[in-house]
Amino acid sequence: MMKGIREKVDVCVIGAGHAGCEAALACARMGLETVIFTVSVDSIALMPCNPNIGGSSKGHLVRELDALGGEMGKNIDKTFIQSKMLNVSKGPAVHSLRAQADKADYSREMRKVLENQEHLVIKQAEVVELLTEPLSHSDKVYEKKIIGVKTYTGAVYEASAVILCTGTYLRARCLCGESITYTGPNGLQAANFLTDSLKSLGVELCRFKTGTPARMDGRSIDYSKMEEQFGDERIVPFSFSTDPNDVQINQVSCWLTYTNQNTHEIIRSNLDRSPIYAGIIEGTGPRYCPSIEDKVVRFADKERHQVFIEPEGLYTNEMYVGGMSSSLPEDVQLAMYRTVPGLEHCRIVKNAYAIEYDCILPNQLYPTLEFKKVLGLFSAGQFNGSSGYEEAAAQGLIAGINASLFIQGKEPIVLDRSQAYIGVLIDDLVTKENLEPYRMMTSRAEYRLLLRQDNADLRLRKIGYEVGLISKEQYAIVCDKEKMIEQEILRLQNKKVGANKEIQEFLESKKSSGLKTAASLAELISRPELSYEAIAEIDMDRPKLSDAIIEQININLKYDGYIKRQKKQVEQFKKLEAKKINSDIDYNAIKNLRLEARQKLQKFKPVSVGQASRISGVSPADISVLLVYLEHLHYNSERKTL
Amino acid sequence: MKTDTIAAIATAMSDSGIGIIRVSGENAIEIVSKIYRSKNRKKCLCDVKTHTIHYGFIYDGDILIDEVMVAVLYAPNTYTRENTVEIDCHGGILVMNQILDVLLRGGCRLAEPGEFTKRAFLNGRIDLSRAEAVMDIIHSKNEFALRSSISQLSGAVTRKVQFLREEILYEIAYIESALDDPEHISLDGYCAKLEKKVKSIKSILKKLIDSADCGKMLKDGINTVIIGKPNVGKSSLLNFLVGEDRAIVTSVAGTTRDVLEESIKLHGIGLNIMDTAGIHDTDDEVEKIGVDKARKYAQNADLILYVVDTSRQLDENDDAIMELSADKNMIVLLNKSDLEQIVNAEEVLKKLTHMSENKSNKLTCVSEINPEKLTHMSDCNQKIQGENKKTDTCVITEKNRKIRIISTSIKENIGLDKLEEVIKEMFFGGEIFINDELYITNQRHKEAFLEAYESMEMVQESLVKEMPEDFYSIDLMSAYTSLGKIIGEEVGEDLINEIFDKFCMGK
Repeated sequence: MMKGIREKVDVCVIGAGHAGCEAALACARMGLETVIFTVSVDSIALMPCNPNIGGSSKGHLVRELDALGGEMGKNIDKTFIQSKMLNVSKGPAVHSLRAQADKADYSREMRKVLENQEHLVIKQAEVVELLTEPLSHSDKVYEKKIIGVKTYTGAVYEASAVILCTGTYLRARCLCGESITYTGPNGLQAANFLTDSLKSLGVELCRFKTGTPARMDGRSIDYSKMEEQFGDERIVPFSFSTDPNDVQINQVSCWLTYTNQNTHEIIRSNLDRSPIYAGIIEGTGPRYCPSIEDKVVRFADKERHQVFIEPEGLYTNEMYVGGMSSSLPEDVQLAMYRTVPGLEHCRIVKNAYAIEYDCILPNQLYPTLEFKKVLGLFSAGQFNGSSGYEEAAAQGLIAGINASLFIQGKEPIVLDRSQAYIGVLIDDLVTKENLEPYRMMTSRAEYRLLLRQDNADLRLRKIGYEVGLISKEQYAIVCDKEKMIEQEILRLQNKKVGANKEIQEFLESKKSSGLKTAASLAELISRPELSYEAIAEIDMDRPKLSDAIIEQININLKYDGYIKRQKKQVEQFKKLEAKKINSDIDYNAIKNLRLEARQKLQKFKPVSVGQASRISGVSPADISVLLVYLEHLHYNSERKTL
Repeated sequence: MKTDTIAAIATAMSDSGIGIIRVSGENAIEIVSKIYRSKNRKKCLCDVKTHTIHYGFIYDGDILIDEVMVAVLYAPNTYTRENTVEIDCHGGILVMNQILDVLLRGGCRLAEPGEFTKRAFLNGRIDLSRAEAVMDIIHSKNEFALRSSISQLSGAVTRKVQFLREEILYEIAYIESALDDPEHISLDGYCAKLEKKVKSIKSILKKLIDSADCGKMLKDGINTVIIGKPNVGKSSLLNFLVGEDRAIVTSVAGTTRDVLEESIKLHGIGLNIMDTAGIHDTDDEVEKIGVDKARKYAQNADLILYVVDTSRQLDENDDAIMELSADKNMIVLLNKSDLEQIVNAEEVLKKLTHMSENKSNKLTCVSEINPEKLTHMSDCNQKIQGENKKTDTCVITEKNRKIRIISTSIKENIGLDKLEEVIKEMFFGGEIFINDELYITNQRHKEAFLEAYESMEMVQESLVKEMPEDFYSIDLMSAYTSLGKIIGEEVGEDLINEIFDKFCMGK
């Protein structure tokens, strides 16, 4: 028998990127013995692409993650160097926080958190094989059960659950023009063996591609030709646990410049040297995050594209050139960048490159992020075909929670589309056929007026508390907050002001039309030109409330009609969502379903009728049939128990 | 399961004597009570005992619609096991429509095909063996509804819906792109643009809703196809029925090369009349297309008007026509009765019989004079010979259809009143009927248009209130979804695609 290390743990997490960190922390915090594997301990929570966390809809994910007990929000609060609330001129549903990170600091701080976490062990090793054993035939749902992993050095870690968070490392290769290196991001070692192990388990893999722009030597950039981009005056922290007063730091600036016709001309005349256009790249890239050559080709009539120059951190002069990711050869890159105002004399520290990697078709997963075929095997992050740090972290947390709940023998957590962006993200991944890396966007969330970044704590703290990631004290804060909002709204609705002279004068001073009859304070707040703060003068006996609570009161009163309409939509949505489908259902037995629907349903194994209705190729008529069939089963089983 | 209250016309959509409208759901009794008035106006349906019938009137606000009997049935002893009301009204498409319309405005939802049965099943009313049959019904009906909602919708409406959806989607995509990528896409000055767009969309929707009320949206009449050999007078017949010179009439054979289509009302019956190219073997490419089209239309017809020129011999083209229209409701017009008669009813009958025998269907013949008495062909022939062939009708009864033969001279306006009467008789006799699925489809479309209109009003309201842009897309999306229901298209990924295709995004 082969000698080697043999250890027994509860959970193995493969990969220590943003998904892996959240997954491992969640498991350890839920009391499970966890080991996290990484090919390089120095690159824990590495940010290999853009130097920021959050942004439109991604900011929502981070806040939700934080409400549930994740780490990303806290970590960026500790390490950001500029912060901005986006879309403030628009409705509260699309306000979104984005913070520039000090990349090195972010990585170091996260490593510190991991190192200090009880029940968690970090191990630098490449996992090469997943260990499984077959399940008895009586189990109709799963084919196999995970029992552990094996590393390159032959060490075996027995575990009841394994979470795959391999990011962009599986059989990775980086392309910069004609030059190809077989590495992960930033020259890190790729993981070349796990793919075969996955294939032997019957997991279907595909190949995606993404890219990153060059990093410049800050000293070679002429900022006087660019527009300066400042952070917000009053900084809002990401984490609900961070005291806003603790994050009012001195911020650094970002810079805005533009490409021009010269830039585009250089790109066009060198397209034949781009690995994508030359057909060297097989992977599918994301349309929403196109390389500069993509933009020039697809939006040929656009005269210029924005370029954001963002610092990579405080202790480096490297600058990220946002908006100009590319896989063109080094010489073309340099020529192209040097056409941009302010970059005429730029020196490239790191070339832009495209990266290709193996990932899975996520429809092989349940919404719990567990594989449909392998009991106890979970996966999260870019490996699931998503893109972005925030998307990865959100999945990591959910996979971690569900792996733990699975070991603890408890019901898994599945957030639905009306509960969280995280729910939308995972539902889209496991239900739709994703042909490119998936990015979160506000437009993907149907009920976004209810899924605001400002109320993520009110929506999700309870769930975080129930699974054991949120302390009793933290949960109590949210409960109090909720109560205070409710009471204050009630008070405002009941407190009427008459159409007297004092009130009319007040309204006039606020450029608001006068009253004909008495009105409640709530009605006044709902006027666009007024707010809770604005009517303080005529509401003397109000309690002292925090900014966060006042924000909720304003939103709830001002957008009442819209919120109600959206809640009504959610009610309809929930009806089908609440109809659960057992995973052992045999769709081939439902003869009235169309063949395509039968095949699709058999393949996707939706957990609810709601999810079934979102699978492409399943028609409303099929859903009716399915509903009747399920009622029929239900009716039958009830009869049996009687 | 949905527990809202549903309503639908339970009887066939024809001008029968009595029609029944069924309402089922928690609020069924409450909703009907609001539009019902007893004779002395004192009775309230909410106070009556279960399983009782009440005489009274249905009102739309202050406007009397119909005199009715209303049955009030409380759950659980009803078909659906829900509160149920059945309104017995005077049959007639218009009246039934009006009552249904009042109900829908009063809070009912139009029942989906098979929904009463589905509810009955889900509430444990139907045993399990029938469950599968129910699933079949739901499926086929839904399939039909989808098919008909696309195919029966007139092309103009479909195009309009598609146009509106594109317009709306563009706006949504624009707003969403700006939200997802605020640094690249600006919404400055956007509101004024959107306001204009919303107004124009609203006015188009308004017109569509009005047209739905007039019943013009769907081809919901009886599909009546005029066929015959070239230059037998088909186009003249169309012109006569439509009452204007719609088709070009010349004495040159093969004048009508395409299919002309007109909707008319005949004694309140909607007819979709299609004039086709004369059917004959031709080498003319354009004419050939016309002839092929004529064949296709004939196959989908509810009623065929087969025009025969009695001054010319029957030939193989007539055989082809008869073959084409086998199994169809048919009226044969022996036209040009003003000219010398070379062909008579007997000859046509012989041919038809021949066709029929080939299909091993027994033909029986009934004369006008004694419709009760079924006789054999020979008797029939004798009778026809003994009668005035110019204006009288001969009726042949086959297994599933009746064929009537009328002598006419369209040019001299002879026998055409008879034609109208025969069509009326066939309709009210239940031989031909309007497909009620189509009617439902029409209602569905109207509902969807109304929903879309309301959503656009909300958008306008948001614009007036100067709400932030992301609020517009909530209601724009609703409008888009509502319109999508009409043409059976799914919402979802296409928005994402639109965003990618139309706008330049990126970090």
